[in-house]
Formats: sequence, structure tokens, C-alpha cells
Amino acid sequence: MTKLTDLTIAEAREGLRTKSFSAEDLAQAHLDAIEAANAAINAFVLPTPERAVAMAKESDARLRKGEGGALEGIPLGIKDLFCTKGVRTTACSHILDGFTPTYESTVSANLWAEGAVMLGKLNNDEFAMGSSNETSFYGAVANPWRRNGSDATLVPGGSSGGSSAAVAARLCMGATATDTGGSIRQPAAITGTVGIKPTYGRCSRWGIVAFASSLDQAGPIARTVRDAAILLRVMASHDAKDTTSVDAPVPDYEAAVGAGVKGLVVGIPAEYRVEGLAPEIDAMWQKGVEWLKAAGAEIREVSLPHTKYALPSYYIVAPAEASSNLARYDGVRYGLREAGSDVLSMYENTREAGFGAEVKRRILIGTYVLSAGYYDAYYLKAQKVRTLIKHDFDAAFANVDVILTPTTPGPAFALGEKSGDPVEMYLNDIFTVTVNMAGLPGMSVPAGLSSEGTPLGLQLIGKPFDEETLFRTARVIEEAAGPLAKPQDWWSKAA
Amino acid sequence: MSVDRATVHRIARLARIAITEEEAARLETELSGILDWVAQLDELDTSNVEPMTRVMPMTLKKREDEVTDGYCADAILKNAPKVDDQYFVVPKIVE
Repeated sequence: MTKLTDLTIAEAREGLRTKSFSAEDLAQAHLDAIEAANAAINAFVLPTPERAVAMAKESDARLRKGEGGALEGIPLGIKDLFCTKGVRTTACSHILDGFTPTYESTVSANLWAEGAVMLGKLNNDEFAMGSSNETSFYGAVANPWRRNGSDATLVPGGSSGGSSAAVAARLCMGATATDTGGSIRQPAAITGTVGIKPTYGRCSRWGIVAFASSLDQAGPIARTVRDAAILLRVMASHDAKDTTSVDAPVPDYEAAVGAGVKGLVVGIPAEYRVEGLAPEIDAMWQKGVEWLKAAGAEIREVSLPHTKYALPSYYIVAPAEASSNLARYDGVRYGLREAGSDVLSMYENTREAGFGAEVKRRILIGTYVLSAGYYDAYYLKAQKVRTLIKHDFDAAFANVDVILTPTTPGPAFALGEKSGDPVEMYLNDIFTVTVNMAGLPGMSVPAGLSSEGTPLGLQLIGKPFDEETLFRTARVIEEAAGPLAKPQDWWSKAA
Repeated sequence: MSVDRATVHRIARLARIAITEEEAARLETELSGILDWVAQLDELDTSNVEPMTRVMPMTLKKREDEVTDGYCADAILKNAPKVDDQYFVVPKIVE
């Protein structure tokens, strides 16, 4: 029999329905896997085994009565950016030490209402600022994948590195994640998992620790396209507590999986063929084109001329909004407080001790670009560039249904390899960040392995609120790519 | 656009983050590097472009002006580092 931790969400749902195993068995199998793996992977910053068992028992009681929600008994991990009532939530920052929310984020509340089981809180880059999970106060996360013949630790991507690593290592069946510049899609790509950032406004941001409010969106990371569809349907909702959440019905995304791409027009943006693009990334992209063509899609070149300005404008908008959002951490209402001789030095000492280097760097950049006399030259300029980027996509989507690109410029890199130069690290998001700037839905789906034996992903970009086309197209790629090998288990300590 | 040491100290003060001279030296280089890199936006003429405010045209919802939440002082104070009765406590501000 397949190990319970190897099942997909769709398979587990069936197994629970037919009583092949109980929700408690399923939760326990994952708790055992976390116990054996977490010392090496560090994906969970706070496992919640007692809560998991209690929730699973409730699920079993409901299942016995023939009741149960869409995710009844499915064990999930929750990124530490989501506030969970009564469970420590720190955004993996020292400044939120011990913060225990008295409320639940809308996205996680939606999951619990449909019967999902919480295994614990997942690691991420501090305040979701990073592309490698190396900025977390709780330490780096190890990618379960390693290069052929090497035992060097690779990063799981970021900022949702705990989510991607935990899903890839079979420590949870799926995970919540958030994406401000690529933080769902980039980690999914380099861990061989599926991740979708829906359209801005599709999921409520209420109760998610804010980074850059005009860019942040929640979405799932899972092992299959179908599982991602099952999760997103439950996570998405209109919410009166987030005025930017959209009041439109949530489609049955799972029904779109398997609809195929016959007749769809797929756009290939010339500007993504950037100088110095690794030949194997280009080859993988070409393979994706061939797969979609073979499945009946028409391929058309499109032009997104402002692509190269997305990343520099992002590094104005995101730090500006972050500096404003993170002003609330002042040592008064929650988290860390460092003493000072007066109130000002108390603020300064608290923020000095509480924030890590990358967070400080972004707060300072944001403060600079918003400071007197600079607003028009930086923030306003960047918001205008966003309009140009959005217009590029509007023009492209007049002729195509979906756009295909690589997700990342390369496969997983080693710990410490890119943490020296901030701009070099930022370049990892070059293909994903345009999507956030335009507010569009984007999805990463595994497409194969690099010459190093580590996963690569392809990205699909859709029209606003047309996540269904992404699921249809991603399923075709998933099928054509065939099942990805599992990473070799080097991380479990003997029981 | 390069940032000098005095500017680093000024924005750190504005951001309420205490920094050492050593950190200021590092930040001077890093912030200048990032600002130089974003300066490529100057190549674009945006004089006739509206700033983006939303993905899809959408009117903000309105609701009745009535109390929908509140009376939860204990929950609000629960995570505070220092409280006295129903107050947050901060270092003395007025002598």
C-alpha cells in the first residue's frame, strides 16, 4: 500500500470517504514525518501536533456521520504569515516574538470551516522578504532536493520556503503561501511542486501579516494541479473585512482540471528570452510549447515591452508599502520591546533588535523613496510604470488566452550562494514579479529536472480572474511532463 | 543616485531604527546600489500615464455606518509587552 504521506489530496479525500483509513491515521502519519524530518529540513517553525490530532478526531466524527467539508481530514501546513487564533504567529521575525493572535485569518478560517487539519506553522523569509528563506529569524530551510552526486544544501526558494519544502518532503499534503513578487511560484518551481498566485483580490488578505498591500496575495502550494485547484477553491472568498477582495463567485477550479487546451491560444513573450538565459531553461520552455501544441493549442508570439522595468519598479513599490506597513512594530502593542531612555529610543532600539538585515534594508529604501520631495520621482513613477506593464498584458490578452514563460532563471541554488548581493538575489524574481505588478494570476507547474537533477518549473500567466484557464493548461503540462521523481529521503532520522 | 552617510542616518531616524556607524557604512553602499539600479526607470516617459490603482475597475463597497466590532479591550491588550489596567504603558513622554 502507498504510504499515507505519499497520497495526493484527491486520493486522501477518496480514502477518507471510503474509510480506508481515518483522518487521525492521516494526521499521525504526517506528524511522524515532521518529527523525523524537521531537524534537517526546518520547514515547520511550530508544529501543532495536539491541535492536529484533536482536529482530525473531529473530522473522523463528522465523516462517520456521512458529513464533512471539501477538505475534511486533510492535513495542511500554514505559512507563519497567516494569523492563527491561539497559535504563535511571527512572520518569522524576532520583532513578533511570542505574538499569539486572538483572531484567525480569513483564508485559514475558510480551510478549517471545510474540515482541514492544521499540522503547524511553516517557515518563511522574515516578513516574506526574500527569495531563499535565508532571512527567517528561525533559520534557513533545506530543499529536499539535492544536486546529483552532491550533499550541499540547496535553498527551497522564498519567501514561502517552508511551504514548498514541507510539501515536497511529504510533511504535509498542501500548504498556504503568499506571493508579493514570486513567493509562491519561485519556491514551487525549485522544489518540484505546484503553486498558484491568484488574481489580486481573489483571496482575502485579512489576518495575513502585511508586506506590500497592493501586491500581496495568498495561494496554495501542493503536489498536483488538481490538489492546488481543490485548495484554492476553499481559500478564495469575498470578505467584507478586506475591501480589495472581489465580490464574485468562486468557480469550481477542480472542474477545469482536465478540460484540455484544444483551441486555446498560448502567448510566448519575446522579452522573456532575456540575455544570458540558461540554455536548459530555454530548452524546457520550448518543450512546454511543444507539449501544448501537441495537445491542440495554438502558439502565438506576444510582446510585453515593459518587462525589464517590472523588477526595478517593484523595488520601489514593495519597500515603500513595507516601510509603511511595518511602522506598526513599535514595541508598544505586541512582540518585542527593547528598553530606551525615552519613547523614541525605545522605538529605535526595539526596531534595531527586532528586524533582520534584509527587512531593515527594505524599510530604509521605502522610507527614502517616500520621504519629502521624492514621492513623485519614485513611488508615483513606479505606479505609472505599473500601468504600462498592465497595458502590455491587456494588449497581449487581446490575442491570446494564456501566456507561457519559465518560472525562474535557474534551478535551486545553494545556501549562501546569492545572499551577498541584494540585487543578485532580487533577479531571481525577474519572471514572476511582472505578474504581481499587473495584479494577474500566475501559476508554476513542474516541467522536469535540470542537468543538476533538480526541478524546474514553467509559469502560466492568465487574464484577471481566469484562474480556470491556468488550471486547464497546467494540467496538460503536468501530464506531458510525466510524474516527477521523488526527492531521495536523506532527511529522516531513524525512528 | 547615490546616498551619503548623513542621508542614511537621516532616513534611519525617520524609520525609527537605531543603526551603528558600521551598519551605516554598509547601508550607504547597498542603498546606493539599489537606487542606481532602479534609476533605469528614468528611461521611460510617464508624463501622460495614470498611476495604477487597481487590477479591475471596481467600486468600493459601502455599508451602514454602525459599530460592527469592539468591546474587546482584553484581546487587544493581550500581546502587549507592558500594560497597566486597560492601558499600553510606554516610557514617560511628558516631564
